[in-house]
Amino acid sequence: MNNVAPKLTSKEYEANFAELKPALTDVAALAEANRCLYCYDSPCMTACPTHIDISTFIKKISTGNMKGSAKTILSSNWVALTCAKACPVDVLCEGACVYHGKGEKPIQIGKLQRHVMDWYVEKKMPQLFSPAEKNGKTVGIIGAGPAGLACAAELTLLGFDVTIYEASKLAGGLDTHGIAPYKMQQQDSLNEVKMIKRLGVKIKTGVRVGKDISFGKLEKTHDAIFIGVGLPMPAELQISGEEMNGVVNALDFVENVTKRKWKSVDVGRRVAVIGAGNTAIDAATEAKRLGAEEVFMVYRRGREQMSAYDFEFELAKRDGISFYFHAQPKKIIGKKKVQALECLETRIVNGKLKTIPRSEFKIPVDMVIKAVGQNIDETLLVSIPKLKIKDGMVVVNAKSYQTSNPKYFAGGDCINGGKEVVNAAFDGKRAAYGIHNFIFRKK
Amino acid sequence: MVDLRINCAGIKSPNPFWLASAPPTNSGYQICKAFEAGWGGAVWKTIGAPVMNVVNRYAAVDFNGQKIIGLNNIELISDRSIEINLKEIAETKRLWPDRAIVASLMVESDRKIWHDIVKRTIDAGADGIELNYGCPHGMSERGMGSAVGQVPEYCTMITEWVTEVSTIPVLVKLTPNVTDIRFPGRAAKKGKANGISLINTINTIIGVDLDTFQIEPSRGGKGGHGGYAGPAIKPIALNMVSEIARDPEINLPISAMGGISNWKDALEFILLGATSVQVCTAVMHYGFRIVEDMIDGTTNWMEEKGYTSLDQIRGKALTNIANFGDMNLLSKHVAHIDEQKCIHCNLCYIACEDTAHQCIDLHQKKGKKQPTVREPDCVGCRLCYIVCPVDHCITMVQKDNGAQSKTWNELVKELPQPLSIEDLRKFQHKHGIDVH
Ligand SMILES: Cc1cc2nc3c(=O)[nH]c(=O)nc-3n(C[C@H](O)[C@H](O)[C@H](O)COP(=O)(O)OP(=O)(O)OC[C@H]3O[C@@H](n4cnc5c(N)ncnc54)[C@H](O)[C@@H]3O)c2cc1C
Ligand SMILES: Cc1cc2nc3c(=O)[nH]c(=O)nc-3n(C[C@H](O)[C@H](O)[C@H](O)COP(=O)(O)O)c2cc1C
Ligand code: SF4
Ligand code: SF4
Ligand code: SF4
Repeated sequence: MNNVAPKLTSKEYEANFAELKPALTDVAALAEANRCLYCYDSPCMTACPTHIDISTFIKKISTGNMKGSAKTILSSNWVALTCAKACPVDVLCEGACVYHGKGEKPIQIGKLQRHVMDWYVEKKMPQLFSPAEKNGKTVGIIGAGPAGLACAAELTLLGFDVTIYEASKLAGGLDTHGIAPYKMQQQDSLNEVKMIKRLGVKIKTGVRVGKDISFGKLEKTHDAIFIGVGLPMPAELQISGEEMNGVVNALDFVENVTKRKWKSVDVGRRVAVIGAGNTAIDAATEAKRLGAEEVFMVYRRGREQMSAYDFEFELAKRDGISFYFHAQPKKIIGKKKVQALECLETRIVNGKLKTIPRSEFKIPVDMVIKAVGQNIDETLLVSIPKLKIKDGMVVVNAKSYQTSNPKYFAGGDCINGGKEVVNAAFDGKRAAYGIHNFIFRKK
Repeated sequence: MVDLRINCAGIKSPNPFWLASAPPTNSGYQICKAFEAGWGGAVWKTIGAPVMNVVNRYAAVDFNGQKIIGLNNIELISDRSIEINLKEIAETKRLWPDRAIVASLMVESDRKIWHDIVKRTIDAGADGIELNYGCPHGMSERGMGSAVGQVPEYCTMITEWVTEVSTIPVLVKLTPNVTDIRFPGRAAKKGKANGISLINTINTIIGVDLDTFQIEPSRGGKGGHGGYAGPAIKPIALNMVSEIARDPEINLPISAMGGISNWKDALEFILLGATSVQVCTAVMHYGFRIVEDMIDGTTNWMEEKGYTSLDQIRGKALTNIANFGDMNLLSKHVAHIDEQKCIHCNLCYIACEDTAHQCIDLHQKKGKKQPTVREPDCVGCRLCYIVCPVDHCITMVQKDNGAQSKTWNELVKELPQPLSIEDLRKFQHKHGIDVH
């Protein structure tokens, strides 16, 4: 890299990556729990993709039944700590809280859920569920992200013998490797992995299916297989200069940041982030917090088309990120090392995005982070016979999560093109019932 | 394994949580729904004399943004016919044989009428009878309800009429609108009641409208006192239950109620001697579903404490109740302020300065006014502690080692009688107690 930003002091790193939403004190949690109206058939519950019985878990906080509260939460969502900290609550549960209708602040559901899950972890995660007697069937799961973990936990409760195959050294998927450290800590996700392991789930880490073990072998070993591989392939820009030193994929960049070894992550003094989704925002704010002097987000469309949530956009603005809207990257300029990003201006003509000829401009930068999306690993998945893939997503039955190959089920980012942790957690859990019904031939 | 089963005066249920006789138990439909939610028993809405209700029956006190701290009602007993109620009791019992169904009764003070309704109730298959001597409005004007509960002789007489024909357990439900709850309790015992239920609602007027001068809520311009229930009455009910539980002359199983909203409230009543607990207002606020947490919370608490049956804890707090004369006068506690936690609202200061013993000082510290307790002057009254808005910020610190003890009853035996303030001062002085 041409100009690596000077390293910060440990204290500065800690401050920059401190939690954006700190925990509630016991007193504040109790007061907030008592403010909840305990709605019947509550809209917050409907809005939660895993349909956690929110009013009940909050009621249990207010009566001091913390164990019961933890059980209420976990019985709907196996990665409830991650979700409590990383869910976009403004557009989900809290966005639906009835207090909006009174013109008052919604209940801080995420923070209350975190309060309970923190209590649970602090109490060393006592067993709350007892798995059914072993039913003699076995399921293999590919990928230990939230989808795979949820599916594994639920299947174990149903009596299945479950093994997860995970390519990475650490289980947890993007909960462990992707989510910004000012939202949650890697340890939170690892605690969830530990809890699920304790139910009896086996996790083989460092095993890449398709390379270290074949699909054929999996099919022989297991009665059914769940695919929870997420979207591991970064989309490419297809412009010249991508091979240069100083060009990185957003996922690789944030993965290093979640390890909390900030001093070892190099960041340029001036950084361009290409893309405008939530991942792009994370990469940009993380670059800034690592010490980059200027960070530019470069997006070929306008603010209105940005897929990032409003609160993520606001966060980026607060962090002092600059935005280039209607800018299409054309090439990366430099001599082995990045010197600038050249873009063309764009405009919409008849609803179509068009670049404006001869509108080139250069943004001098030392680093380019590519965050234009993630794709499924097609080369891997095509080796599963008869597996149907459409628009870059594995096709499943909406109810059973069964793929076009009856032995395979799938859920999470690989079937939805990339949503949230909470969607993956729901898919995994529902798919467990799909698998159960498939194996035991129930309708 | 925690076992929540109870047997209250011969009435058995899978858990101690019963619905109190009130609107939630108005019909078989409701009670079946409640049993589905997990309730262990239900006391049917009082059946008996024909009545007609008015509108605007309920009123409530909201407090600092919390709804229904207390609920006031002028509802009468069931306005459905005896026949329908008894038929539904029979049907519900058939569908839910393991749950307790107790019929609450109230008819005119006539022996034959009482005999008749008791027999019909037994025929319907109820597990027990609860005699409503509590209704403080409407029915009492007609010589029933609290008009019975307030006169021990009537209480005994009607209880006798019932127990002389009843083959199922009879609970007598007391009104709290008396000066000493033990008298109606003893009267029930005398009438051979098998158990005591308490408390019914407390006479109250909820408010007056400042524009119309009408009583809240108004029924065609008129209002009046109603019966008060809900969280606000819990302390009153706890006391009354403990009085009945501690009275050696009564010594009967208790079905307790009054302000129970959750498992913790329920446990407090059980620790004061209750066998079953009943709930009305909390259910009227949130529905039958609250019983799930009552069962779950109680079970988790018992598991954590290592109890397996409610018999192991019933009445366990009663021995800690003492008369004033038996409390240690020399136990010394003083208030202590944790300056790290203090948020400098100075409410403790003004409370002590204006209304207690002027022993909190404010002094300048880091640009803020920091209250501190002048310990030698603190009488340990605990006012600042209850005023402080920060949990665990003010604590009452024990300053004696418990070695010295003198109760009032002991003291008056030692000091010359009639007691003089000078002798008392000397005693206080000797023990470093300064009254100012
Ligand atoms: C940078 C970033 C930030 C995010 N922030 C948030 C957020 O704040 N809140 C939120 O709700 N969501 C967030 N998300 C989205 C969220 O992380 C995903 O929706 C979610 O993790 C998807 O779960 P999954 O189980 O489908 O896949 P993943 O979490 O991607 O897990 C897939 C797992 O499969 C493994 N795998 C892949 N191929 C193989 C193979 N061949 N053999 C074995 N194992 C394999 C991978 O190693 C991985 O562990 C973020 C995503 C990114 C990229
Ligand atoms: C609206 C209402 C109606 C009631 N009706 C009866 C009744 O018919 N018979 C009776 O014995 N008690 C009746 N009660 C009293 C309750 O059974 C109970 O004793 C009282 O409400 C205290 O319990 P709580 O604080 O849980 O509400 C009624 C209470 C309310 C609020
Ligand atoms: S909608 Fe809001 S107030 Fe109602 S139960 Fe949910 S969090 Fe509580
Ligand atoms: S609670 Fe039901 S019956 Fe009562 S006033 Fe409201 S709508 Fe009418
Ligand atoms: S009441 Fe509590 S918080 Fe307020 S000044 Fe006193 S000690 Fe501090």
